[in-house]
Amino acid sequence: MDVGSILSIGILCFLSGALASQLPLSKVRNFSYLFPLAGALAFLVASGPLILGPAYAGKAIPVSSTFSFAFSGDALSGFFVVLISLVVVAVSLYSIGYTRGLKNPGYLGLFFNVLVLSMYGVVLSANIFTFLVSWETMALASYFLVVFDRNEETARAGLFTVVITHLGTAFIMALFLVLARYTGSMDFVSMRAAAGALSPGVKSLVFILAIIGFGTKAGIIPLHTWIPRAYPVAPSNITPLMSGVMIKTAVYGFLRVALDVLGPGPEWWGIAIIAVGAVSAVLGILYAIMENDLKVFLAYSSVENVGIMLLGIGASLLFQSSGRTTLSAFALAAALYHALNHALFKGLLFMGAGSVVSATRTRNMEKLGGLLKVMPWTGFLFLVGSLAITALPPLNGFVSEWLTYQSLLLGFTSPSVAAKIAAPLGGAVLALTGAIVAAGFVKTFGTTFLGRARSEHATAAQESSPWMVLGMAFPAVLCVVLGIFPEIPLSLISPVVYSITGADVEFHRQGLLLTPGAAVSLSTLAISAAMAMSFVAVFLFIRLYGGRRKTVSADSWDCGLPGLTPRMQYTATAFTKPLRIIYKRIYLPSRDIKVRYSQKPFFVKAIQYGGDITPFFDRFLYEPATRAIRLITGRVKTLQSGNLQLYLGYILITLIALLIFGT
Amino acid sequence: MEYLQFLIIVLFSPLLNGVIKKLKANMQGRVGPGVLQPYYDLLRLFKKDMVVSNTTSWIFKAAPYVVFTATTATAMIVPVVSVPSAYGPMGDVIALIYLFALARFFMALAGLDAGSAFGGEGSSREMTVAILVEPMMMLALFTAAITVGSTDIAHIAAASGRTFSPSHVLALSAFIVAIVAETGRVPVDNPDTHLELTMIHEGMVLEYSGRYLALMEWAHAMKQMVLFTVAVDIFFPIGLVRFPGGTAVLASSVLYAVKMLGLAVLMATVESTRAKMRFFQLPSLLGGAFVLAFLALVTNIMMGK
Repeated sequence: MDVGSILSIGILCFLSGALASQLPLSKVRNFSYLFPLAGALAFLVASGPLILGPAYAGKAIPVSSTFSFAFSGDALSGFFVVLISLVVVAVSLYSIGYTRGLKNPGYLGLFFNVLVLSMYGVVLSANIFTFLVSWETMALASYFLVVFDRNEETARAGLFTVVITHLGTAFIMALFLVLARYTGSMDFVSMRAAAGALSPGVKSLVFILAIIGFGTKAGIIPLHTWIPRAYPVAPSNITPLMSGVMIKTAVYGFLRVALDVLGPGPEWWGIAIIAVGAVSAVLGILYAIMENDLKVFLAYSSVENVGIMLLGIGASLLFQSSGRTTLSAFALAAALYHALNHALFKGLLFMGAGSVVSATRTRNMEKLGGLLKVMPWTGFLFLVGSLAITALPPLNGFVSEWLTYQSLLLGFTSPSVAAKIAAPLGGAVLALTGAIVAAGFVKTFGTTFLGRARSEHATAAQESSPWMVLGMAFPAVLCVVLGIFPEIPLSLISPVVYSITGADVEFHRQGLLLTPGAAVSLSTLAISAAMAMSFVAVFLFIRLYGGRRKTVSADSWDCGLPGLTPRMQYTATAFTKPLRIIYKRIYLPSRDIKVRYSQKPFFVKAIQYGGDITPFFDRFLYEPATRAIRLITGRVKTLQSGNLQLYLGYILITLIALLIFGT
Repeated sequence: MEYLQFLIIVLFSPLLNGVIKKLKANMQGRVGPGVLQPYYDLLRLFKKDMVVSNTTSWIFKAAPYVVFTATTATAMIVPVVSVPSAYGPMGDVIALIYLFALARFFMALAGLDAGSAFGGEGSSREMTVAILVEPMMMLALFTAAITVGSTDIAHIAAASGRTFSPSHVLALSAFIVAIVAETGRVPVDNPDTHLELTMIHEGMVLEYSGRYLALMEWAHAMKQMVLFTVAVDIFFPIGLVRFPGGTAVLASSVLYAVKMLGLAVLMATVESTRAKMRFFQLPSLLGGAFVLAFLALVTNIMMGK
């Protein structure tokens, strides 16, 4: 079977999934998610020939004289098909359990399938028309999914999502129009062929438009504000798709335009992307750690991870500008590896958060606690995801961050001083980010799953359905496998990187021995083996020397005053208090203390404490912008009086103006 | 020998701790316990019964093993008396720091697991200190690494040679501050106190007893010795024997012992002459060290070395 027919089978599966979810039998509706599961597996099969080449080009379906629908796929598309498929497989399994007892599952099933298909459409588009149609379908499907729970919060989030993402789409349209105007073609293959002749000014214009346009969807700071609003309110089986995969379509778009079509650019492109990545990474995670809402925390963390990917992409651009293709390939491999990893562990974490929310009916960590005992599987899998995203060895996040570090450090070999300083500083930023991520996930896992239950929400929780656990176990296993055996994803990434940079990423068989310039190696397998061996050794030592000893179970240390309550535990807010003080210039924290007296000023009846941080970009960027727009629209509104004679007058004036100036 | 050099760190790290304690006691005009006291403590703890909080989950029981094994792995990465280290290819200095992060992650989770305020307080402070220390430590190490073009410790040790540039001095100063913070010493943390309001490391391990506590304390001593070894490998690699060593290994070992003693004296002096800082004064100390590390980098670029 050729790629085209496998893809058609996949598409058919998703369409059947959308139809099956409309059936009136609730059992069938739950299991209708087996269709997208099959569809994702079909796409996974098709991705093999795409990555290994030759490129696939489907038949074009003309829509008008200039536009046509056409799908095609090369190695880069193939890689993103793999990424989407893996998450969709996991989420489909999860959805079988999740949609049980959910009201309105038909609506959810329909848009679930549409969203997945449109994401495949984006990465498999052959020309800008197909790309934009898929992109818009994706935006609309995600809007309908964000407003799935009908209430004021989702309505606002939905509106925000639509407005901001369309702002991004406007930039993407502009960039495609500029490209089409100057290259004289609309499909990506001939655009790339013609792009070499573009003037540097046009190239840079397209590049900047790409940063803004795709950056909005990917959530780079300061264009990120819709992400922490939209992700948390979407249904729990959709958020993993949005965060794990949808933002990767933006990364795909950026790579397609900036690296594939435009090709090598000036040095400042690379430095600009490193800077944008560094800012998104640090501020993203700094805002994340202040959130006590499980899902908002994870949403902000997506912003941070896009930043890490951009650090790799920036390093790749930097090397490309000076013609060092081997290093450029290496850095790009790091970025793609991280994109794949992020899809897996963020998908896993959002599913885990969804399970917690389903079981406890709250997203607020301050009301949770001790869930590891009542939800052992969810807790364990959430921990695996936390370790992976914190980039702890030997899991997959560590390998991709290690590669990013190495590619940034190799930036020191650049000829210019700016690059020499920017590259290691990027490394230091990555270290700072890593440390804050660790603190954030200690806080999140600690307050949600450890200690004692802080409210009846947490005490009444039960383990989620086996399907949901299965859906989470799949990416968790992949996190471990991709961490310990990095040669598997790298053999997948190598042809992709080759197709873009023209250089292979060379890796040694045992672990990773990278050749370009740096004699350094890493083997997560050896690290795991070393830890396992030292565990066996110390365990035997304890058994032989210490013998069997009694373990007494007792209360936690209470300073001799019995009666510790769950309220005496460290809270999530308290955990991050030191950071609020240290980074007060960034957070601009505010506090609000209300004291009620029974006899002022001696007898205090109640003290109410409220604290918050200033959402900097909302306050100083979006609110003024919104006010300005409202002001302008208010002025313009006076033209629209509703008076028919006035409108006729407008037409008359326009006609006269046209007659005078039009000739 | 080549394959067993990490055992030097595993076996002698409690001794190093004992030596620092003894030196500190002498500087403060006390006799102090013998240098072997940490061994007696560990062995006694391994034989004791345990009290485990009934609030805890399996994280509490897993954490000491994760902390211990991750720290052992770092001891295997770092070359002690001869380069290259036999297990060196399994990781570099970045892997080493992230293995410490793995240990810290579990220690901090264990601190939260008992549901008491002390553990949470220790965890919160430990993670905050890590946020301040890690970028600075990385930048200092990167400065040494980029000169050589590799983050592999054995490579840096073999190549950095005997020249001592201003950039190295700056990076070393930053790294020493990082060691002080990472090993929980005055002025960042006080290893000798159990005063609730000031403790960081002790707060996290407060609930531990018996063999779990022994593992935690042993791992902590190992971490200190690993960091010392990284410092001497990168900044004073003189005398490090190239494999195969032969009799020169003996000389190298003696030199290594002298270097460790030197750092022990430094730590004891710092601890005896400084007062513990308030927690929120730490950003200025550690931020200052970050500036040093950054200057090291800039000097490196400007001087081409």
